[in-house]
Amino acid sequence: MNPTLVRWLQAPSVILLLVWMIVPLSMTIYFSTIRYNLLYPERTGFIGLDNYRFFATDPSFGPALINTLVLVGSVLVITIVLGLAISILIDRPFRGRGIARVMLISPFFIMPTVSALVWKNMLMDPNNGLFAAFSKSFGLEPVEWLAQYPLFSIILMVSWQWTPFAILIFMTSLQSQDQEQKEAATLDGAGFWSQFWNLTLPHLARPISIVLLIQMIFHLSIFAEIFVTTSGGPGVSSTNLTYLIYIQSQQAFDVGVASAGGVFAIILANIVALFLIRAVGKTLTV
Amino acid sequence: MTDRQRQIWIDRAAVTAAWIAALVFFFPIFWMVLTSLKTEGQAIQVPPLLIFEPTLENYLEIQERTNYFKFAMNSIITAFGGTLLALLIAIPSAYSMAFNTTHRTKDVLMWMLSTKMLPAVGVMMPIYFLAQKFDLFDTRTLLVVIYAMMNLPIVMLILFNYFREIPKEILEASRMDGTSTFNEIRQIVLPLAWGGIASTALLSIILCWNEAFWSIVLTTTDASTLTAFVASFQAPEGLFWAKVSAVSTLACAPIVVFGWMAQKQLVQGLTFGAVK
Repeated sequence: MNPTLVRWLQAPSVILLLVWMIVPLSMTIYFSTIRYNLLYPERTGFIGLDNYRFFATDPSFGPALINTLVLVGSVLVITIVLGLAISILIDRPFRGRGIARVMLISPFFIMPTVSALVWKNMLMDPNNGLFAAFSKSFGLEPVEWLAQYPLFSIILMVSWQWTPFAILIFMTSLQSQDQEQKEAATLDGAGFWSQFWNLTLPHLARPISIVLLIQMIFHLSIFAEIFVTTSGGPGVSSTNLTYLIYIQSQQAFDVGVASAGGVFAIILANIVALFLIRAVGKTLTV
Repeated sequence: MTDRQRQIWIDRAAVTAAWIAALVFFFPIFWMVLTSLKTEGQAIQVPPLLIFEPTLENYLEIQERTNYFKFAMNSIITAFGGTLLALLIAIPSAYSMAFNTTHRTKDVLMWMLSTKMLPAVGVMMPIYFLAQKFDLFDTRTLLVVIYAMMNLPIVMLILFNYFREIPKEILEASRMDGTSTFNEIRQIVLPLAWGGIASTALLSIILCWNEAFWSIVLTTTDASTLTAFVASFQAPEGLFWAKVSAVSTLACAPIVVFGWMAQKQLVQGLTFGAVK
């Protein structure tokens, strides 16, 4: 193929992605430095870092940052530990394994708004939900999950959706594990735990780090689950950064402050992305 | 107990544990489908009904009461449209990258993947204003464009990996015969990579279908997809559990099936090719 043609074939994807990245990004940065509130269109002008200061000193900012970290951290621990355990359990042949696998990964394909509604209404509703019925049958007071433990409830929902993702990745990766090595280890009398620490875990080290980083990217911007179930409440007890920025723009109509928040979110995601790109780059052999 | 007996017991325990995990994870989905087959009264009954006479009335009433087909149509058009657009842009690029790999190819692909990591909320305001300015707010065209750009990096990467598996000798032979590049793509590459392209499309459709941020932020009524439509039931007055369950079941069923079919591409696509 001649070089001109190569350039012509590659140009559309490169140029479009460049535009898709640069234009909104520079607009966000620009908005974040000017006075821009839809309710007060007469107030304009460059104000430097005031929007950032305003965003960071908002009383909701601290809790939202902590909620974001707790949410991401807890979901990561739950999904990785459960994902490892379950993928090892189904790595052995047994009757109906195909069905069990399909059942295990299905939650990942449920759209987030549906999963949020199912948990909110049919499972966690304090009057008619299934969990409440369980509590009552044991003579206990039903728990108002979303009012009493809002962040925990969201952690539960997100973990339900993303543990299947971890299972899927680990399961695929376990299939490429050297079986002869494992058999040899068994013959040498190595027990389950010794095999797990010395063979399985090293084999899964890369998939684990990839799952960790990818989930971080996705979970930093959890939105639909919160939007549908708690709307960030009660108070700000289940508001994460993404939701806080959304509120700034949709309810306070403050484009400047929302953009400053957006830049903050971009920086946070980029720190994670840096590690992810490096990990992915090692595997892409060109 | 001998070692062998012990091993058998451990195996049994492990299989039981695996089934328990499978049942627990699948239960909310099972419960949703079950609720969709109840009447509204049965759906909120305490204690919950397990045995009842199933009814399909919810599925029949959805369209009359909620305009379900409009939203389903929006989902179909945006998911397939976005995927098609992404494929149209990606196929020539991925093709030329796979067959003319230079020292820069990897950097370009990595850069493309990095655009995928830009959080949507960070660029929400600009996209919102641009949509208003070009009169595209609450249109399916807007979602098609956004979904195409959103999935382009992943589609590029997977196609690149597929194209690279095509033996170069076949292409060289056809070039000797003087085939033009366009015919080369159409007659040789596409038929060989067809399976790969189809499963890439499947992955992209799944990701578009379940997308919930842009569809909620950028649509109000006309272009709302199923994700946004389902989200509208969050309000307490929307509490028709049986009907919501029926809508949800219909909205999720095709994608769950697609998901089962596209497991391998999903692993590759979502880990950016790092796990195969």
